[in-house]
Amino acid sequence: MSDQHAFPSLSLVPKAQAPQSAKDFKTDQEVRWCPGCGDYAILAAVQAFMPELGIRRENTVFVSGIGCSSRFPYYMNTYGMHSIHGRAPAIATGLAASRTDLSVWVVTGDGDALSIGGNHLIHALRRNVNLKILLFNNRIYGLTKGQYSPTSELGKITKSTPMGSLDAPFNPLSLAIGAEATFVARTIDSDRKHLQSVLRAAAEHRGTALVEIYQNCNIFNDGAFEVLKDPQTAQRALIRLEHGQPIRFGPDLDEGVFRDPATGELYTASITPDNQDRVLVHDAQAPTPATAFALSRLADHPGHGQDGLHHTPIGVLRSVERPVYDTLMAEQLATAVDQRGEGDLAALLAGADTWTVE
Amino acid sequence: MTSEVDQVEAVGDGSDGPRGRQGPAAPRRAKPIRRLDRVIIRFAGDSGDGMQLTGDRFTSETASFGNDLSTLPNFPAEIRAPAGTLPGVSSFQLHFADHDILTPGDAPNVLVAMNPAALKANIADLPRGAEIIVNTDEFTKRALAKVGYALDPLSDGSLEAYHLHKVPLTALTLEALKESGLARKDAERAKNMFALGLLSWMYHRPTHGTEGFLRQKFAKRPEIAEANISAFRAGWNFGETTEDFAVSYEIPPAKLPAGRYRNISGNLALSYGLIAASRRSGLPLFLGSYPITPASDILHELSKHKNFGVRTFQAEDEIAGVGAALGAAFGGALGVTTTSGPGVALKSETIGLAVSLELPLLVVDIQRGGPSTGLPTKTEQADLLQAMFGRNGEAPVPIVAPATPAECFTAALEAARIAVTYRTPVLMLSDGYLANGSEPWLIPSVDELPEIRPDFATGPNTPDGSFWPYLRDPKTLARPWAVPGTPGLEHRIGGIEKQDGTGNISYDPANHDLMVRTRQAKIDGIAVPPLEVDDPDSQARVLVLGWGSTYGPITAAVRRLRADGAQIAQAHLRHLNPFPANLGAVLARYERVIVPEMNLGQLALLLRAKYLIDAQSYNQVRGLPFKAQQLADVLWAAIGTLEGSDGDE
Repeated sequence: MSDQHAFPSLSLVPKAQAPQSAKDFKTDQEVRWCPGCGDYAILAAVQAFMPELGIRRENTVFVSGIGCSSRFPYYMNTYGMHSIHGRAPAIATGLAASRTDLSVWVVTGDGDALSIGGNHLIHALRRNVNLKILLFNNRIYGLTKGQYSPTSELGKITKSTPMGSLDAPFNPLSLAIGAEATFVARTIDSDRKHLQSVLRAAAEHRGTALVEIYQNCNIFNDGAFEVLKDPQTAQRALIRLEHGQPIRFGPDLDEGVFRDPATGELYTASITPDNQDRVLVHDAQAPTPATAFALSRLADHPGHGQDGLHHTPIGVLRSVERPVYDTLMAEQLATAVDQRGEGDLAALLAGADTWTVE
Repeated sequence: MTSEVDQVEAVGDGSDGPRGRQGPAAPRRAKPIRRLDRVIIRFAGDSGDGMQLTGDRFTSETASFGNDLSTLPNFPAEIRAPAGTLPGVSSFQLHFADHDILTPGDAPNVLVAMNPAALKANIADLPRGAEIIVNTDEFTKRALAKVGYALDPLSDGSLEAYHLHKVPLTALTLEALKESGLARKDAERAKNMFALGLLSWMYHRPTHGTEGFLRQKFAKRPEIAEANISAFRAGWNFGETTEDFAVSYEIPPAKLPAGRYRNISGNLALSYGLIAASRRSGLPLFLGSYPITPASDILHELSKHKNFGVRTFQAEDEIAGVGAALGAAFGGALGVTTTSGPGVALKSETIGLAVSLELPLLVVDIQRGGPSTGLPTKTEQADLLQAMFGRNGEAPVPIVAPATPAECFTAALEAARIAVTYRTPVLMLSDGYLANGSEPWLIPSVDELPEIRPDFATGPNTPDGSFWPYLRDPKTLARPWAVPGTPGLEHRIGGIEKQDGTGNISYDPANHDLMVRTRQAKIDGIAVPPLEVDDPDSQARVLVLGWGSTYGPITAAVRRLRADGAQIAQAHLRHLNPFPANLGAVLARYERVIVPEMNLGQLALLLRAKYLIDAQSYNQVRGLPFKAQQLADVLWAAIGTLEGSDGDE
């Protein structure tokens, strides 16, 4: 293999000595998700993607919290920790901040990341720790058997909301952008090619990457994202973003995203010879997050129905450079040594004010 | 009565050691000098009056002079409570002597009261004959009324039992600084330095340290530095010249064991202990912490020492603080989190995870008054049962508790030794009194500090070449610690019950039973030093057993009893889980066991449960350390009842 890192963002992580395959990343553990669960597809996509990174398997760590998705590390033949509910970003922050030679991945779900662990998620994002966070969003609590989650639609009937949920849901990407995230993307469990392209972009990013993966829970919330998966409906519901390209969708790419010059709001409309020059060109690297924020909630538009899915952008919404927490921390340590020399324990213990008893 | 007699009498009231010795000293100054063996001074004023700084400076002067000393800072949780009110009073007590002492002292010989509130809040603690220095400028009608003085105590005769020095501290300070060019408000702020100068004269403290300190502290504002130094010198000169202060006092240096000393507070000693543990183990130190009183100073201190490879992470909350420390431990760091009782409550689930993951982790609890927010700036030791049992499931955690401020250093090393050797979270229980109190410390030699061996796993541990993360060392029952980056040892661990050996998920009933018992056996089997008992003639029938910061007052009380001819045995626990192996035998040797604690009897409960002995609690939860005399009285009574029962037989 060449000396060049396949991913310059992983330059501090030792390179693999030999090419790897998906098989190298499978463990001998029996996978225990429900048959038909979207997690299987994500696991297979990730295992197939990891060899592309070209880094040593032993320098890769998966950390998870609690929930169905959080069993993920048991099935990855890397180092891994299945921790406690909501705390994976905090634990992974300590690991990544003290070991810049590791590639650290967090696997979490909508309840784990956005409810019990919401605080850790937003702080990891603002710090820009070198973590890749895969948020499996199935809009339901699966492991506790079917209560509504912080991404469930308003009015949703579940075991704990027989008359309908009263909670307005979070939009995870809007939340992440509001929390100063430097990389925000969305993809879908069943679209392996797209999922892997987003993983690739996340891995290339220096700092925290939040990847929301729409994931089907076929037991408690089956078909939640069907409108994005059914080829017929997906053509009008799904918007594939590509940096530098006009945002167009529809069976003949006959619809587009526009900005209302009066309000700055984004809206979708049919493309005509009159307006085709005004189709919004996607800029994931825009200095300010305003447009990415508007895109993240395009499907939440009041006119687009209750499910928050019609006109759903997928792909990389935002990818900007900002100093990385763990690198900054390592630099401070190096600077301290440069300025004061390697710490001298005997001198530290003695301090400046001593006296001697004969 | 003369001042000399006043102070010597007060000495007899609350001595930690032999009764007061006094003798004439060679007069070196214009005024007579009396020799004392020990003095207790309390500086008291408004939160904004700089009393903690004044106390710290007097302590440094005293330490560099070579006296033994012990301090008790006492301040409100509010940063600036309304001026002149009782809740706003901040104080600093210092006990120093020509012999080794153990406590900040029961009752001050000298009170410096910067305003009526400070006088009112502290007068009850003063023995008759004590000296009181008041700032008369603050005794205005309005200020007196604010704290409920109907009459001026300086003139109504209520202080006749004391030796009162009425000093217009503010006016004298302003006078001294009238040519400084400072605004009146700024000049007034130097009155604490005037008071410090006066006390420094009274007790022959060296002054160059304080002047150097002031120049450094106000390096960016030399005019303020000079003003403070002028006020400090003016205070010293005032003592030398005024009629009111007829004598000064000399307290010769203490005869401590030979060696090089420094003064150190508990939190500083603990911080240094953590850095030393990092050095002696070769593990980089990672602190995950959230600011909380009285633990924050450890975060501040460690963040200064990045050139020791120390990483400090101020987390978004207590949970993230311990989570990050545990994550770093998984990566091969010495993971530490520092907090107080409320923070431990929030960290409980993560500590339980660390029990299950069997990774080294230090959880430092600087205990304060509880429950809930309780008394944030006051001391208590009521987190023992939380440390012992405050987690779901059977989740045993070793507990180490330092007995003195300086001992926080060795306790941190010991906690790290246990954590790393046995792959377990360890709880270290300090408290607010140890954290902020200080004492002279014989600086240890780095080479003599214990070595800690992480012994990371480097290769497979089974015949078929695979790696089992829960295959234990047969002696310690510790599991291998394999850190990411080690090829061939990739493994997954988690909070779900694991199969013995392989570490794979297991819900098997017999396996769970085995794992629960094994984790307990590992903690029970930790090697801790035997409990040492101080029973000089082996004649005592009563044992006093303590833990944590009660060491000072208990030992002082025991000395008093022995000085008066009583037989009493003393022992102090530094390891609360597991207990020293000989504890049961020690307890069985005595007819009566008294356990003083700053809680409602938590250690006593554990002793009763484990050893089936009738341990007797003596409790106080006032946010303050025990007084030696108070404990001496309790121990006398215990001995007395035994003797009484003899008479009946």
